[in-house]
Amino acid sequence: MNALLLLVPLALLLGLLGLAGFLWALKTRQYDDLDGAASRILFDDDQPRGADRPRDAKERRG
Amino acid sequence: MTALGRITATESQASARTCCLHCGTPTVERFCCAGCATAHALIQGMGLDAFYRRASGPVGALKPDTLPPVPLAPHAQPARDGGWQLDIMLAGLSCGACVWLVEQALMAEPDVTHARAALTTRRLSLRWTGERTRADDFAVSLARLGFRAVPFSQPCLDAADDAETKSLTRALGIATFGAMNVMLVSMAVWFGTDMGEATRALMHWLAALIALPTILVAGRPFFRAAFGALLARRANMDVAISIAVLATAAMSLSEALRNGPYTWFDGATALLALLLAGRVLDRAARARAGRAVAELLALQRASVRRMLSDGITEEVPADQLEVGDRLLLAAGEALPVDAVAETGDALFDLAAVTGESVPRTLLRGAGVPAGAVNMGAAAVVRVTHPADQGSLAAKARMLDAGLQARSRFTGIADKAARIYVPAVLLAALAAFVGWMMLGGAGWREALVPTVSVLIITCPCGLAIAVPAVQAVAVGGLFRRGILVASPTALERLATADHAVLDKTGTLTEGRPVLLPGGWSEDALRRGARLAQASRHPLAQALAHACPGAPAATDAIEEPGQGIRAGKARLGSAAFVGAVPHADDGMAIWFHDGDEAPVRFAFADPPREDSPQSAARLRALGLGVEIASGDRPAAVKQAAREAGIAHWLAEATPADKAARISALVAMGRRPVMVGDGINDAPALAAAHVGASPASGTDLARITADIVLRRDGIAALVEAIAVARRAQHLARQNIGFSLAYNLLAVPLAIAGVVTPLIAAIVMATSSLAVTLNALRAGRPA
Repeated sequence: MNALLLLVPLALLLGLLGLAGFLWALKTRQYDDLDGAASRILFDDDQPRGADRPRDAKERRG
Repeated sequence: MTALGRITATESQASARTCCLHCGTPTVERFCCAGCATAHALIQGMGLDAFYRRASGPVGALKPDTLPPVPLAPHAQPARDGGWQLDIMLAGLSCGACVWLVEQALMAEPDVTHARAALTTRRLSLRWTGERTRADDFAVSLARLGFRAVPFSQPCLDAADDAETKSLTRALGIATFGAMNVMLVSMAVWFGTDMGEATRALMHWLAALIALPTILVAGRPFFRAAFGALLARRANMDVAISIAVLATAAMSLSEALRNGPYTWFDGATALLALLLAGRVLDRAARARAGRAVAELLALQRASVRRMLSDGITEEVPADQLEVGDRLLLAAGEALPVDAVAETGDALFDLAAVTGESVPRTLLRGAGVPAGAVNMGAAAVVRVTHPADQGSLAAKARMLDAGLQARSRFTGIADKAARIYVPAVLLAALAAFVGWMMLGGAGWREALVPTVSVLIITCPCGLAIAVPAVQAVAVGGLFRRGILVASPTALERLATADHAVLDKTGTLTEGRPVLLPGGWSEDALRRGARLAQASRHPLAQALAHACPGAPAATDAIEEPGQGIRAGKARLGSAAFVGAVPHADDGMAIWFHDGDEAPVRFAFADPPREDSPQSAARLRALGLGVEIASGDRPAAVKQAAREAGIAHWLAEATPADKAARISALVAMGRRPVMVGDGINDAPALAAAHVGASPASGTDLARITADIVLRRDGIAALVEAIAVARRAQHLARQNIGFSLAYNLLAVPLAIAGVVTPLIAAIVMATSSLAVTLNALRAGRPA
């Protein structure tokens, strides 16, 4: 009985963490392009793509 | 190097000799066209040739368009950080490597701060600093790489930002979380036979704590739809689901209060999770088709160029045009509104408006209907009706009645629910009254068998029976180039028993092909050199007949008459100085210096597969007929060649719609296939409307089904798949009902435990889902 008092809330907490992660992923549009995400992981490039590029890197180039 | 590696290396060299290095189209040289050569050089120049090792899109998808890029700059929006931002729909974005290439190429531009493309929605989000007009430069570089960029239009946006899919996915996540955690607790109750009373009560309340919020949140899509149906005094599947879920939750709460042996929260949440999964998959399959249709629309919905008083032109959307505006219509552009010609002898293709296969020369002052395509040199026209009042809008209004009738169609699932819901409620009531009166039970004890009737007959298998079949069938058709846009289209297609076909572009190729006789190879080659300078369909057909001929560099086109280069002339009989032939509607003349004039005759040949497809339609039990706006002679010939006995020629849009209405009045369920603006009213009035992807906007908006492959073979396939899907849906419904019929006596007898209910539910759902998977296989 004592074990239950610890384990049940713990199990629920972990489950809720997973749910929160899912809702966050949904909200940040990570489910919008499943096909693209599947092939995106195959490309490993030196510079990060898609993300905003730091301005100083751009100035050095130009 | 291993033997295997050597073999692949030789193979790739062999294929490199026969396929275009850029787009993969079979060719004799390194590249199939100049555009591909430019794109290849560009990609190599940027050091991005890793693209070719990774590209996996369909052959030919990357071939650059010859159309001029659509101006993007007017659509750019100021970004928060002072630069500009723009959403673009990229046609040709077909694989992960394309996404990589586009992003890399754009990020190589010094002023681009953000470039991200999504493969699912073909949407490219772009942010840059500096000038707004840079957007047009980006469009040009994208076009060079082989991607056509158009603004991300409203239909695209609606299809991409699909709020309903998102809320269903969220509900599915919550329901799955709830179901799994409630199951964790319920398992303990099922198998913990030595559990004390107090522990069991704790478990019951724990389950209630998880399940009740889950049901309230995740059940909302069903509750909302059920409420709507009840307001309209109808019973549908959502009503049955809502009653089962809510009654189960209420009964479980009452059992938890009196600390009974079992609660049924697990069943209620698992049911929600399972049904939501079905809905999400069904929705995803249809959303994909919807996005493809929106893409096709965006590609055609270009703005028009309005001429200002000082001779400058500006880009404006078609719906902002006013009466009296003068428009500059480039070669190949379609007119979005009604207008009159200001340029004399302008050549317009009216095929989309009237179904005529030969372009017509319109004199200055002649009316040009919306939908006409300029086939000659750039022409100036004056707007006579704003976009919402012209002939196009009149046709759009004709559609409404048909579309409304169509929205009243009830699917097989709702038909089943109309009988099923009252029957189940009666059985539950019988169980309740029986236990109270005959069994002498209290209302709380009587509630248990009552609700177990509801939960065991819970339409789990039934509710998933039809969506599962449809999701699989729609997905399978999508892969074969058939887009099912409307939710009930598949069921309506399955019951169609008559086919009305348009001629031009449906039964025939929709483009003229050179007939043999009367010309020599030498004349053909010299004529083709001139023909390459013109967009006139007959000139293009001539150029097509002799692909190797180099274009004549000094060719000058006389709009509406012909092309001349030096002494050589290609065009109408009068233009080349020949004696006109009796049947010159589909012919052009070539005359070079002192030689005798040569006549090239053309015809719009039937598609090779038309006779077989028409025969297969008949074999499926459909009556077949043609309704065309073209001349009787042309229609009669096409009908004879396709083996179709009934035909209607010179039909106006109203005639076509009237023919469909007459068929409907006779109790037939006609499927209409057409691509023109003149087909749209008939498409809307028909039981099912189908349009080729190359069709006009209006035809595609009205159609339930868009065929991305040419010809009616795709229609035959779609009908076969729809019929099998319908058969499987019936099978599934029958199976679920039979299963429930067996289980109801057990539930009324009160011997059903939550474990048995869960097993019954899972097995019936699994059975119908596995059965549904058969719907996607080729016919």
